[in-house]
Parts: sequence; C-alpha cells; structure tokens
Amino acid sequence: MRLRDIVSFALGALRGYRTRTALMLLAMAIGVSAVMILTALGEGARRFVVGEFASLGTNLVIVLPGRSESAGGPAGLVGETTRDLTTDDATALKRHPAVTRVAPIVVGTAPVSWGPREREVPIIGSSTDLLTIRHWKMAKGDFLPASDLDRATPVCVVGAKVSKELFGTEPALGQWLRIGDRRFRVVGLLATEGRSIGVDVEELVIVPVASAQALMNTESLFRILVEVSTSEAIPKVKAHILATIRDRHQGEEDITVVTQDAVLETFDRIFQALTYTVAGIAAISLAVAGILIMNVMLVSVSQRTAEVGLLKALGTPSKVIQGLFLTEAALLSLFGASLGLIIGEFGSWALARIYPLLPAAAPWWAVAASLGVALLTGVLFGVMPARRAAKLDPVQALLRR
Amino acid sequence: MIRLEGIQRIFTVGDQEVRALRDVELTIGAGEYLTIMGPSGSGKSTLLNILGILDRPTSGRYRFDDLDVTSLNDEDQARLRRRKIGFVFQFFHLVPRLTAEENIELPLVLAGVAPAERRQRVTKFVRAFGLTERAAHRPEELSGGQRQRVAIARAAITEPAMLLADEPTGNLDRTSGGEVIDILEDLHRRGLTLVIVTHDPEIGDRAKRRIRMVDGNVDSDRVISDET
Ligand SMILES: Nc1ncnc2c1ncn2[C@@H]1O[C@H](COP(=O)(O)OP(=O)(O)OP(=O)(O)O)[C@@H](O)[C@H]1O
Ligand SMILES: [Mg+2]
Repeated sequence: MRLRDIVSFALGALRGYRTRTALMLLAMAIGVSAVMILTALGEGARRFVVGEFASLGTNLVIVLPGRSESAGGPAGLVGETTRDLTTDDATALKRHPAVTRVAPIVVGTAPVSWGPREREVPIIGSSTDLLTIRHWKMAKGDFLPASDLDRATPVCVVGAKVSKELFGTEPALGQWLRIGDRRFRVVGLLATEGRSIGVDVEELVIVPVASAQALMNTESLFRILVEVSTSEAIPKVKAHILATIRDRHQGEEDITVVTQDAVLETFDRIFQALTYTVAGIAAISLAVAGILIMNVMLVSVSQRTAEVGLLKALGTPSKVIQGLFLTEAALLSLFGASLGLIIGEFGSWALARIYPLLPAAAPWWAVAASLGVALLTGVLFGVMPARRAAKLDPVQALLRR
Repeated sequence: MIRLEGIQRIFTVGDQEVRALRDVELTIGAGEYLTIMGPSGSGKSTLLNILGILDRPTSGRYRFDDLDVTSLNDEDQARLRRRKIGFVFQFFHLVPRLTAEENIELPLVLAGVAPAERRQRVTKFVRAFGLTERAAHRPEELSGGQRQRVAIARAAITEPAMLLADEPTGNLDRTSGGEVIDILEDLHRRGLTLVIVTHDPEIGDRAKRRIRMVDGNVDSDRVISDET
C-alpha cells in the first residue's frame, strides 16, 4: 500500500468519526498547551528574578564592613573590633588582575539647593566605575570622572526627579548647585530607564566618594562593590579580598564578602525546580491524553471490527492493518499536539501582554518535550489497539453486520 | 485448480468440540460454477471460509494451483487471497464512510495500484455494474441490491481467479437477488471460478455442479449434464 494512501485512509477514518476525533484532539491540545503555558509562566518568573539581579551587576562581589554572624562565631566572643572600610582599602582591592572595577560606596542624605529651591536628597558617593557596575545609563552629560578615589572633585550627577524639582525647565547641565555647605557642578543626568533593585535612580545625587566623605564627615565606607572579569575568578577574588583586608586590618577578618552569583544561583535553582514541577504536573495531562487515545482507539477497533475483517478478506497483511491504525493514532496526536502548540503559543503571548514585567515564553525544551511526549504517547498507546485490530480473526470479524 | 483432501475443522467451545467439517474431499476446476446447499449448521460457511483462506482447517490438505496453502505463512496467505480470491458476503460489508466508488476502489488501494490506473478501472467497473449515478453515494444511501452490486464490483475489480459468495441474496428481495445472480453468472462466463452458498433452491439449481452438505460432510456432489 502506498504511503499517501495509508495517510489518506487514516485521515478518512478520522473524518468518519468527527466527535471522537475532536475530543481526542482537544485532550491532546489541552495537555500540550498546559505544559507550554505553565512552563512559560515559570520560566517568565525565573527570568524576571534573574533579570532583576543582573541589573544589580554581573559577577559582582560586595564587601561589607563587619563580620556577619553566620560567617563565623559571634563577634563579641572573639573580642575583635570592627575597623572601618576606607577608600585605601578599595584602592588596594583593585590590584588583583581579575578585578575589573571597584566602586566604593558612601550613602547619606543631605540638603541640595539651587537658588531658592532646596530638597533633602539621598546622596551616593562613589567612583566612575559605579555606572558600569550597576548598568545605569546617562541621559545627558557624563558620569563621575575617573580619578584617584581620594580626590574630592566638586562635580555631581543628578537623577531626573531631582533635576526637575531643582531646575524645572532650565538645563541642569553645567549649573552649580549646593550640597550641604559645598558647591558642585552638574556634569551629568541619569537616565530613568534601567530599574534597579533598592535604588530609585530618579531621586538621587551622585558625587565622588571623597566629596561624600567630606560632606558626611566620615572616613568609613558603606560598602565596596567589586566587579570580577569572569564568574570563574570569583572564588579567587574573594580570597584575595579577605587576605588583603586582613593584612590591612592588623590580621583581623572583620568584613563580610557576599557574591552576587550565590544569591542569584539559589533563586535560579528554586525557579528552575518550580518550572520543572509545573511542567511535570502538566505532563500528567499529556499522559491522560495518551490513555484517552488508547481507549478511543480500542473502541474504534471494536466499532470497526467488520471493517478490519473486510480488510483481511481483501488480502491485507496484518502489518499493514496495524500500520493503518498506528497512522491514525499518530496523526491524531500530531494534529492534537500542533493545535496545543498554537494554543500554547497564543496563551504565553497573552500572558506576556497581561503581565508585561514577566517575560513569559515557553522555553524550547518545554515545547520540544511536550511535542515529543505527545507523539510518543499517541503512538505508544496506539500500538495496543492496532495490534488488537491486526490480530482479529477475520471470520469472527465478518460475522458482525 | 483447487484440491481439498481430508479437511477437518473442529471448533472448541469451552471443553466441547464442534466438528463443523468432518472429512471433506473436494476438487474444483478452473472456471467451474458450483453451488453449495444444505441445512443450517451443516458447515457451508466454514467450508467457504477455508476455500477463501480466511480460516485454517484443523487438519487436511489444501492445494491451490500447486501451492500447499496450509503450509503458507499468514503473509503469503494474505497475498494469495489478495491476488486470486474475491468475496461476496450476505451483509455486503461495505465501509460506511466511503462512497460506492471508493468502496470499489479499496482493494486496488490496498494492493498499491497507481492512482491513475485505479481511476480507470473503477470507472469501467462502475459503468459495467450500472452504478454510474450512485457512484458518489455512501452505502447507507443505496438499496440492498445496489449495495451488493458495489460489493461484487469490489470483489471483481482485482480480477481474481475465484469468487466466493456466501448467501449473496440472503438479504435481498427476489428481483434484486435475481439481478445479483445474473451479474455473478456473467462474471463466471468471462472465466471466473464461481462458488455460491445459498438456501434458495432456485439459485442452487442454476449451476451445473451442485454440492449438498450435511452435518459437516459433502453429502452429494452432482454434475448436471446439459439438457436433461
Ligand atoms: N467460531 C465458531 N465457534 C464454534 N462453533 C462454530 C464456529 N463457527 C461455526 N461453528 C459451528 O460449526 C457448524 C457449522 O457452521 P457454519 O456456519 O459453517 O454452518 P452453515 O452451514 O453456514 O449454516 P447457515 O446456513 O446457518 O449459515 C455449526 O454447528 C456452528 O455452530
Ligand atoms: Mg453460513
């Protein structure tokens, strides 16, 4: 028998029993689309969280003053004194070849004024590397100039809201404004886009770290952000940081080093597991669809006993009869899966429209796996009914009217 | 063409044995026309099924054109059936979702004949069997006589050597039954070996060779010479 004839015979049989065909297509489609939409959701959530963390900077190591309790016994018992982190510490950290950028951070608030207008605004003191580390963008002008960390250049970068509130419609760039009792020239405006966890870039003034230290009248840093060239180098850099600071702090390890990757990885794992779980649950509906296909094919075989008997009387070999029924099952699951694929794509598209923050898209592995499983179950569960059809005794089969 | 030797067919139902065919000896020559009659349960259908290789005898030998049918495997038996044997059933056994034309075409499709040749042969048969107007209709839209004509066209389209009909008129009225027998006899005149199982003596008496089965045995096998 020709392949084309086998396919069109199977298609004819499917068309001959519309209701059951439609129901089976539906079952298969629901299974496939459920897998796709649920994984799209899980994957979307994962990507959202990963994206948020990535906006904090990649390959980032954060150095905090003071030893965290969990990193080693209670501080009081050891009897160590916590030394401040200084800009010299930050400069020292830069010496490792795998360290690409270092941004010391000082934070505080201070009154910022221009003419008669004054606002109390969060101030960050840092270095030129901060822009790249935090993936911020400039709307106008430049970020802080590259210079030694202890140079208090009187320049500042302002956020959009601060600029609007102080300067209104006047161009902010090049103006001199007053922060506390010092004067700073505005060299740049931060772009609003590029949200960042924990920091509102619109309401912010950034000055060189030495200037901020002078403003706040302190030597100590809030923290130091260290960017590492590759994620593989992170452990080495971590050790380097601990050793360097210990050297500089009279042999005491009074800092905490947190890696961005460690946090991110945990979240990534959690969401991955979540996605697999919902995918697994959805896959059950695929198995159900497979079993449904088997049942309906079995019913179909017994409904069409006389037809099978006739095929045998016409000299059709058992293998061909088996092939005909298998083709039917395979076509059913193929169409069902394709239908599910369309519904699933549409569903994740709709999800992405409803929740724009969530980049919901079924990962390729979920699409491939659900299609594969659909076809496999269809054919697998089609084998038994097809065998049964092929094994029918033609004489008995033809007794039925 | 056909030789049956010592054919037995025993069905086991539970622990009971039903001897449907006890010891059948039969020879059928190429191009012969014979009818089989006999009381219900005498084994006529069983014999026909064995002749058509739909069923295997419990014991005995079946030779078809020098082939030992009983020793063939399933696939070879299917091939022999496909090439040499046509069936006509009491209940027509048309495929309900296919049109008359498609039902007639089915054996050619199964045999893998090229579509162009299929169309040609089907058109010829549809015309020859007077089904042109009904060709695109499904079986449920056809009368019993028309259905049986479709079934005969389907059996004949592969040009088999032998045609086996089990009570082909059993579900038809007298007129359409007569038409069906006319068609079958016409096929026989063109060289087909024809075996008809029937309960109707009028039909049974039309063949020159008449077999009577009783209780699983060939009770009588008479050849009526012309003009007696
Ligand atoms: N599959 C089977 N299992 C058990 N017994 C069977 C089977 N098929 C036929 N028989 C028995 O074999 C015997 C012969 O049956 P068969 O159908 O050949 O008779 P028949 O001559 O065709 O009868 P009818 O004229 O009623 O069609 C009967 O006694 C029947 O009950
Ligand atoms: Mg019978």
